[in-house]
Amino acid sequence: MTESAVMQVDHDPGLDLLEAEAVFIMREVAAEFERPALLFSGGKDSVVLLRIAEKAFWPARFPFTVLHVDTGHNFPEVIEFRDRRIAELKARLVVASVQEAIDDGTVQEERGPRASRNRLQTPVLLAAIARHQFDAAIGGARRDEEKARAKERVFSFRDDFGQWDPRNQRPELWNLYNGLHLRGEHMRVFPLSNWTELDVWRYIAREGLEIPSIYFAHEREVFLRDGMLMAVSPYLKQLPHERSFVETVRYRTVGDMTCTAAVRSTARTIEEVIAEVATARVTERGASRADDQFSDAAMEDRKREGYF
Amino acid sequence: MDLLRFVTAGSVDDGKSTLIGRLFYDTRQVFEDTLASIERASQAQGLEELNLALLTDGLRAEREQGITIDVAYRYFATPRRKFIIADAPGHVQYTRNMVTGASTAQMALILVDARKGVVEQTRRHTALAALLGIHHVVLCVNKMDLVGWSETRFCQIEAEYRDVAVSLGVRAVTVLPLAALTGANVVHRATELDWYGGPTLLEFLETAEVPNPARQAPFRFPVQYVIRPHSREFPDYRGYAGTVAAGSVRTGDAVRILPLGAESRVAGIDRFDESIAAAFAGDAVTIRLADEVDAGRGAMMVAASDAVVPADVIEADVCWMSDDSTLVPGQQVLVKQTTRRTRAIVERVIDRLDISSLVREPSPGHLSLNDIGRVRLRLMEPVVADLYESCRETGAFILIAPSTRHTTGAGMTRAVASAAAAGAG
Repeated sequence: MTESAVMQVDHDPGLDLLEAEAVFIMREVAAEFERPALLFSGGKDSVVLLRIAEKAFWPARFPFTVLHVDTGHNFPEVIEFRDRRIAELKARLVVASVQEAIDDGTVQEERGPRASRNRLQTPVLLAAIARHQFDAAIGGARRDEEKARAKERVFSFRDDFGQWDPRNQRPELWNLYNGLHLRGEHMRVFPLSNWTELDVWRYIAREGLEIPSIYFAHEREVFLRDGMLMAVSPYLKQLPHERSFVETVRYRTVGDMTCTAAVRSTARTIEEVIAEVATARVTERGASRADDQFSDAAMEDRKREGYF
Repeated sequence: MDLLRFVTAGSVDDGKSTLIGRLFYDTRQVFEDTLASIERASQAQGLEELNLALLTDGLRAEREQGITIDVAYRYFATPRRKFIIADAPGHVQYTRNMVTGASTAQMALILVDARKGVVEQTRRHTALAALLGIHHVVLCVNKMDLVGWSETRFCQIEAEYRDVAVSLGVRAVTVLPLAALTGANVVHRATELDWYGGPTLLEFLETAEVPNPARQAPFRFPVQYVIRPHSREFPDYRGYAGTVAAGSVRTGDAVRILPLGAESRVAGIDRFDESIAAAFAGDAVTIRLADEVDAGRGAMMVAASDAVVPADVIEADVCWMSDDSTLVPGQQVLVKQTTRRTRAIVERVIDRLDISSLVREPSPGHLSLNDIGRVRLRLMEPVVADLYESCRETGAFILIAPSTRHTTGAGMTRAVASAAAAGAG
């Protein structure tokens, strides 16, 4: 994409509206909840969330604890990025560790070559919410990501098991969000509900936000599994026929190394990434998330259990 | 790129899902993996052609039962505009869903089957759109292929619908012929409709003017959150954060903070770390005042010259959305209006809208799920409420059950009074 196409994002009324809406939602959370947390994964959506939070409360610090559910299988680039960004913002970080939960015996690791800690994040997240008595958790999920998300509320009600029941969601009208809840219940809040993948990238470009380096094209040792390029790592066991090779790739989403796939790409700058996203022919989850490939309703099932 | 939010209404039979699928498919918004999954599903259903309606398919229960439970939000963009569609299901809980979808929409797309023309449901959807303050309704006359692309049939439906829409209070009506199944006049023109001189649906959506009545309304700024950093760099900073609900404000303007009535002057407007001269409806900003005043969350900043009086009696059209309770006189409810939450008592259920005949019938004494009726509420604390038709942002409110804390109703203010001043009630 040319420089002028990036220049346009400076005067993008659509992006201004989305930003104003997200700022409004952040402020509602701060006003309506006693112990809100902001979920941070190091991914691009949570980078945008942090920026919106920073803007919404300037010149004060944002009144949220940052919560990271660390599977222990994260890309090292992402953990390095997380720690640096949290220090810059002087924010309070709570890390909920899947490894510790495994060591404690509260969750059991999956077995086999396709073992992933993706689903283990849910009980660990719910335990962290209970332990720290968080009454709201702000997440970066977007409605355009997946069909179960298309029906998600901005203020998404969770019962005392942390479950999402699509039939028991509150009507949500105008911008009148209802944050009231009973003890033990909590709310997931999604300020980026109305953003698309392209909006996120355009916003990152406009704000000049730093994102983890794995979002840009780099050389990496990968192997092919189920048509997806998985990174060679100590966390993912290769099957005998799965030969590794070096490829120029980047990541469209950032998750656990065991279930996040890379895509072939030569996009080394944000402008090139935007150009690539604008012409992409595969959804970001379809391209890079093994966790959504189990079934047509994989996301729906995980959301019911209390997933992000 | 600007943004248009619209709600779509119509039953499955009218081809609504196919129309949305067609809009996405023909504007190349459908990704290969999504396409592959609906190809598989189409084959599994024994269909020869791609079932575009599957693109808008949702939750498992919905697929199993072939119904849509909830409003779904969908996104697409062309080089000219970004669109947010609130896709409201037609038959199950349609009132609650249509009201929800319409609450954030600037325009409504209503579908009819060209063979059936304007039916009872068309009238209902139009009435709900009008009630929710949607000024522009687009009637998509779908399945034109099944009436032989007949101009006469189209004109008949158009004439009938215009009468209906006007009688229901819709200000602007656009009627378009199309066939979602073949794609005719959705994104591409069709030779079969050569008698039709108007725009395709997409052309219309891309160019339609999006009115923003809130910009012309008097200044309203509900204080959302007070920012006080107490930091070394900003020891005395005190800013009132919020989103301008209506009108505009400039640095130097004299303002009044209601309901207490303190007056001050705008010393500065901040948007993040930048000071701006003026803020307009929809802008999320932080306003600094020249004086220390008592203004917390829920206070409303208005122009000092504005004579608006906070109201503690509100008459509103309420849509009741709870399936495990009814709205009855004497009931205590919580009202959330702008950023303010207060207790209220239901004084009267004045009437109820018969959603089939669209006639307001005398009060049955209560409202139950999916009922809409005129209700009088007495508030414990006065609020600055405008009539919904003149300002959505300050005319709308939700009702919350004090016991479960769930949202049980949606209200649109139609009249306000101050019990102390006028003795209303």
